[in-house]
Amino acid sequence: MTGQQTHVFRHKHIFGLEQMSREDIEYIIATAHSFKEISNRSIKKVPTLRGKTVVNLFLEPSTRTRLSFEIAAKRMSADTFNIASSTSSAAKGETIIDTARNIEAMNPDIIVLRHSSSGAPHLLARHVDCPVINAGDGTHEHPSQGLLDIMTILEHKERLDGLKIAIVGDISHSRVAGSDIIGFTRLGARVCLAGPATFIPYGIASAEVEVAATVKEAVTGADVVMALRIQKERQQDPLIPSLREYAIRYGINREVLQYARDDVLIMHPGPINRGVEMSPDVADGPWSVILDQVTNGVAVRMALLYLVLGGVKESQDTEG
Amino acid sequence: MSVVIIVDNGRIIDPLHGVDSHGELWICDGRIVAAGSVPADGAQRFDAEGCWVVPGLIDMHVHLREPGEEYKETIVSGTRAAAAGGFTGVACMPNTKPVNDCGSVTTFILRTAEQGAARVYPVGAVSKGSAGGELAEYAEMKEAGIVAVSDDGRPVMNSQLMRRALEYAGSHGLPIISHPEDDALSRNGSMHEGFVSTRLGLRGIPAAAEAIMVYREIALAELTGTRMHLAHISTAASVDLIRRAKDRGIGVTAETAPHYFSLTDEAVRGYNTNAKMNPPLRSEIDRRVIIEALGDGTFDAIATDHAPHSVLEKDIEFDLAANGIIGLETALPLALALVRDGSLSVGRLVELLSVNPARILGVAGGSLAIGSPADVTVIDPRKRFVFAEETIVSKSRNSPFLGRELTGKAVLTVCGGRITHAELMPN
Repeated sequence: MTGQQTHVFRHKHIFGLEQMSREDIEYIIATAHSFKEISNRSIKKVPTLRGKTVVNLFLEPSTRTRLSFEIAAKRMSADTFNIASSTSSAAKGETIIDTARNIEAMNPDIIVLRHSSSGAPHLLARHVDCPVINAGDGTHEHPSQGLLDIMTILEHKERLDGLKIAIVGDISHSRVAGSDIIGFTRLGARVCLAGPATFIPYGIASAEVEVAATVKEAVTGADVVMALRIQKERQQDPLIPSLREYAIRYGINREVLQYARDDVLIMHPGPINRGVEMSPDVADGPWSVILDQVTNGVAVRMALLYLVLGGVKESQDTEG
Repeated sequence: MSVVIIVDNGRIIDPLHGVDSHGELWICDGRIVAAGSVPADGAQRFDAEGCWVVPGLIDMHVHLREPGEEYKETIVSGTRAAAAGGFTGVACMPNTKPVNDCGSVTTFILRTAEQGAARVYPVGAVSKGSAGGELAEYAEMKEAGIVAVSDDGRPVMNSQLMRRALEYAGSHGLPIISHPEDDALSRNGSMHEGFVSTRLGLRGIPAAAEAIMVYREIALAELTGTRMHLAHISTAASVDLIRRAKDRGIGVTAETAPHYFSLTDEAVRGYNTNAKMNPPLRSEIDRRVIIEALGDGTFDAIATDHAPHSVLEKDIEFDLAANGIIGLETALPLALALVRDGSLSVGRLVELLSVNPARILGVAGGSLAIGSPADVTVIDPRKRFVFAEETIVSKSRNSPFLGRELTGKAVLTVCGGRITHAELMPN
């Protein structure tokens, strides 16, 4: 841990895990770990970001991630403002850049962006001075989700090196998978993907990422099994014939889980289609750490807010 | 009194006539004349020491945006950009607003072009409104001055319509320029499908979306016995199909664009919308095969697909941004890089940028023969410059080459005996 204490976090913006080294990721997780206990106090608030303004600009529907960022900011005493798709000017034809410049004119310290276009945070960051945190962009990345997944696995397994992690479902259209695959492999895990070929992105196989022919093959010997939310089609693109057929062939159920390690962790980024990608007994079973993921989400987001502002706690001597 | 221009000391390259020698090129009253055949007093004399004197470059694939989108480019600004890039002629695609699908739009374009700085060869639409439904009136447009027909910007998905278009265009002596793309495979895609698209989370356009339609066009050219020109070829698979079709004697010709031999899909990283075009930048393997195919004659032409867009279409989310980049002012230096690295001979370069486009479109040019119209480009292959926003002549700035140092430039462009661009000073 001494190495992590001296690590310098250089990222002004959080676009994705692709830009992060193993040391960056470990440093964020260590920071998140130190913040996690705040959420267990009776008074769940520290003054660390007092006087700072966090704008949650969510131009695509989201309940859980927005709530998690908002709670994270409030527990750090930041002021938060939420702009959701339905209430923003996006519906009136205003461009994202105009929206961002208007927000910036009110001097926010951080903009947290959720957007349906991949790369939207990069675009925003070219037009504003404050840090931008990607809260999910198109089918690119969802870095805070990737980090909370890593934190959850580390809490139970202590390391990722050498673990076999199965990810089952629509990898192609999942920004969670985008961040997870990069983060897991960067920390030394072996990732095994499974799903019909319509869900497997082009060119994903590599030294650390394998594509299994069946769910059974992916799950066999796995330390972690993650299922992704399934949609039948996207943009009129037929991907699977029916959710029913998917559930039978690719759903994670007790039967297939017997091939995993006894201490397997079951994960899901939510919201779950119960009975489709995961049977209810698995989602609620003893291996499930799905709610730990949610809890860790707040801690990871507290860490990201803290670190992009330079990791500087409010100076006590300015209090007068 | 005659207007005489003399270009001295240059290397005169006229591949159509097997000429590659040092000497003087004389121009009198808009035509190339024999040296010494007219009085030289009062002539403008340019010293082209170290430069190449070639037939005026012809870009057979540009978008001039007028009528309808004059905030991006006009016929005048686009032809000025052409002249600055060494071009004396451009063929403008019909996807204006309104579409050039009738004689009156063609006439408007040609009238406006009289104020321009290069010859403009309008391309008419294959179908009315380029909507892929009914044939446009080719005979009327031909009479007004079109040189080819194309629905460029979108593919003709209906194979029967394309067959009839080929037959009907053939009756009027017009080549068809195809935009080969299977739009069911490419729909909603915003870059080449490959590892980079996976990493960036951008929907990919597979190479097969082009190759499938290239094959269809070859089959239709064979069926109808009519000439078909394939625009902006970007993939190795298409090159292979074209090469084999040519070996079998089928009447197809093909062009590629400088960005396909200069860049790959890696240029999209960082979500640079100036690296977004259709077809998209492809893989390194595709890029290498394209270069090889320029050298071995599989490609007939280099055309820019000059596609001006403003920040309104480009400074937005990547998947929503418009396709296309400007190309008139960078094509020559990018192509010269292939001559420097030995991939192309100088003569081949002139064929690709002048001789063949003139032949395919059936227009004047591509020749320095005595008596030809004086369309001449003088290239300084050593001249280095930074392609900076402030120096761009086009109305738009959407180029992935902004800020790049480039080598080789047109230093004198003469169109019909008129100097349209000059960096050389007359002595």
